[in-house]
Amino acid sequence: MVSVDDYGDFETAWCPGCGNHSILKAVKKALASMGLEPHESIFVSGIGQAAKSPHYLKANVFNGLHGRALPAATGIKLANPRANVIVQSGDGCNYGEGGNHFLAAIRRNIGLTLLAHDNQIYGLTKGQASPTTTQGHATKAQPGGNPSAPFNPVAVAVTMQANFVARGFSGMIDHLADLIVQAINHPGFSLIDIMQPCVTFNKVNTFAWYKERCYEPQGHDPEDWEQAIRLANQWGDRIPVGVIYRGTRPAFEQTLPHPTNDLLYKNRPARDVLKEIMNVYS
Amino acid sequence: MRRELNILIGGEAGQGLVTVGELLTKALIRSGYNVHVCQGYMSRIRGGHNTFAVRAGVERVLGPVSKIDILVALNQETITLHKGQMREDGLVLKDKEIEMEGDGLLEIPFKELAPSPLFENVVGLGFLSALLGLDKAVPQGCIKDIFGKKKPEVVEKNLDVLEAAYSFARKQGIQSHNLARTDQKPGLMLTGNDGVILGAMAAGVNFCSYYPMTPSTGIPMTLNAKGKSLGIVVEQAEDEIAAINMAIGASYAGARSMVATSGGGFALMCEGVSLAGMTETPIVIVVGQRPGPATGLPTRTEQGDLNLVLYSGHGEFPRAIFAPGNPEQGFDLTVRAFDLAERSQGPVFVLTDQYLADSYRNVPPFDLSRVKGPASPGDSWPDPQTYQRYALTDDGVSPRLVPTLGPYLVVADSDEHYPDGHITEDLEVRTAMTEKRLSKEKIIKQDVVPPDYYGPDQVQTLLVCWGSTLGPALEAQGKAGKNKVGVLHFTQVWPLDQDHFRERMGSAGRVVFVESNATAQFARLLEREVVPDSKNYILRYDGLPLDAEYILARLDLS
Repeated sequence: MVSVDDYGDFETAWCPGCGNHSILKAVKKALASMGLEPHESIFVSGIGQAAKSPHYLKANVFNGLHGRALPAATGIKLANPRANVIVQSGDGCNYGEGGNHFLAAIRRNIGLTLLAHDNQIYGLTKGQASPTTTQGHATKAQPGGNPSAPFNPVAVAVTMQANFVARGFSGMIDHLADLIVQAINHPGFSLIDIMQPCVTFNKVNTFAWYKERCYEPQGHDPEDWEQAIRLANQWGDRIPVGVIYRGTRPAFEQTLPHPTNDLLYKNRPARDVLKEIMNVYS
Repeated sequence: MRRELNILIGGEAGQGLVTVGELLTKALIRSGYNVHVCQGYMSRIRGGHNTFAVRAGVERVLGPVSKIDILVALNQETITLHKGQMREDGLVLKDKEIEMEGDGLLEIPFKELAPSPLFENVVGLGFLSALLGLDKAVPQGCIKDIFGKKKPEVVEKNLDVLEAAYSFARKQGIQSHNLARTDQKPGLMLTGNDGVILGAMAAGVNFCSYYPMTPSTGIPMTLNAKGKSLGIVVEQAEDEIAAINMAIGASYAGARSMVATSGGGFALMCEGVSLAGMTETPIVIVVGQRPGPATGLPTRTEQGDLNLVLYSGHGEFPRAIFAPGNPEQGFDLTVRAFDLAERSQGPVFVLTDQYLADSYRNVPPFDLSRVKGPASPGDSWPDPQTYQRYALTDDGVSPRLVPTLGPYLVVADSDEHYPDGHITEDLEVRTAMTEKRLSKEKIIKQDVVPPDYYGPDQVQTLLVCWGSTLGPALEAQGKAGKNKVGVLHFTQVWPLDQDHFRERMGSAGRVVFVESNATAQFARLLEREVVPDSKNYILRYDGLPLDAEYILARLDLS
């Protein structure tokens, strides 16, 4: 039996009340409920407060560069398709600096679970607008209001038929843990965009703000793409949470020709095969 | 009978000149000749002016030459651009429709000999092979090998066309351009890229990610096409930034990883180089240089990115840079690069250029039995609780384990970290980790490949070169007289070991640096490195600023 305690208890560098704490709890809960031991998962992150998450639980960790968690995770998954690879980082990291990689990961449908901690602000660099900050939202860096329209990651992911698209809320820990389990179990690329308050720098999208709006839609069929598109674009007074879209595309890593075994590092070249290849050049 | 011929095939992209050139090169190598191919092309798929120059010799041929013995003109422009390079007794081969008058002209009725334009390549091959006096069985064999996978009737049709071209050429009765016979054993027909590819395969490469960029694209393309039976995964990334991060991720998961790019693509990868340095992840980075800055001359050659590669990545961490001078060295040094990347747990470079990447040579088959390939990372640990990815050790190298295979945890971090991999801002730990990373330079320095010296012990003029300029430098030496000129060729350009070259350079009458760039990048690097033995430094790297107290405490004023 694996328990939440197996994932350890660490001191964090997050502000008290930060949404990251609850997301961490949900992650541990999800992994423990699946019976996954700490060493069976690889957490990959970029840079930002959210990207520190993997340091606060027991797991294998690759904490890379800002915006580059998805490519690093893709390489890890291709080198070891059996590993449970989870990417954890913020809205700036995933949708700003890493925007191109986000689109490519969806297209590739690589078997990763992306937990995007979305607090609609840059926390680590102290309060600038992020790609998901609402237009007009005033920040220290954008005192006249954020001039750009926000990026809607859920709508983009559904439009591109990402294999699993969900929206979570850090204030609904059990619900979020359940989404994480579903995302990990679903083949191909899974996105959970997780609403979370930044208590220090985002005075607009507060815990109360999200709590008032987040709701679980009844009777939604995640396999109905048109319904999913409508739900993905619902934002404002009411924000739907839960599984928005579920597709059936085969996972990228399952379509690769791995002749000898799944773990790439075990493949050592046979001399006769090398010789045959060399002979082609004669 | 000739002992050497320079054949230039010129035409538009899309006319099949590379096919004719490659088939002819193969036939020449199989006939026992030495070859050197220099390709010139423009950044377009159709049209433009492209050249494929095959220099064939009974003796070794090491570089390109400008004088042409046989010019194969597939269009009018080729004649206009190259007729000035013809030797007096040179021959121009052209289709009837191309205008030119004068001596030394042979018209090939391409359209009459070929049942359709598809077969004009084989007409060219047959005509040239006959003109050079090659045994007909050799081009026949080349055709069978190339078209053998298609339907047998395709092979038959091509063989018929070859026959027709041969007998047409024979009827012309020209023997002035026959090559003297050789009894040299045929070798492999390899470009510089091929040398790197076979080296990577022999070293056991598992993963290559890339974003296409001339002249390195051929490396991942071939690894993909030929590497299936070796279990190699090749992924075309969304950009170069993704490519290097993917390769580093794969390497973290245990795979022997590489990327191949050119200067412009590499510029985007530089942050990833720093990541490999910080996370101590082995990776082989092949940079095929071409002229810059920015997009420069995308299909031409230059050795202009040495400084970029040498200084790439922010922060301080060790690296090694190899620079092969021919496909054989490309093979050996790529094998070495994979081994060193694993042993030093960091980035190792193979620096080539367009000229080397694309030029075919005849190369003896590689002795695969001496290639061991790098050690694999581990997959077990006696007491999982004690495993630390960045454990402090005497030589700075920590045990590398493949994650998920055992109950140990592998934590790698781009941020400064404790020995267990977790993030820290402890400045003492920072200091220890900086020293640990830098101490791995010892491993790299133990094994620096000394430059090769070609020439007599005492020499008036010493040519110092690196990478692809080896052949041209040796040819220059041959022409100047071997007693007068020596050639010192560096296949490893970083780090350098002064003991390998100080004496040689000091004893020469004069030292002349030969490199393909405008600012003598390697010469300046050497000059920088030849420093007095006695050096004193006061350095600080714990994250705090230097101050007078710090300096005075370390300054021996007694």
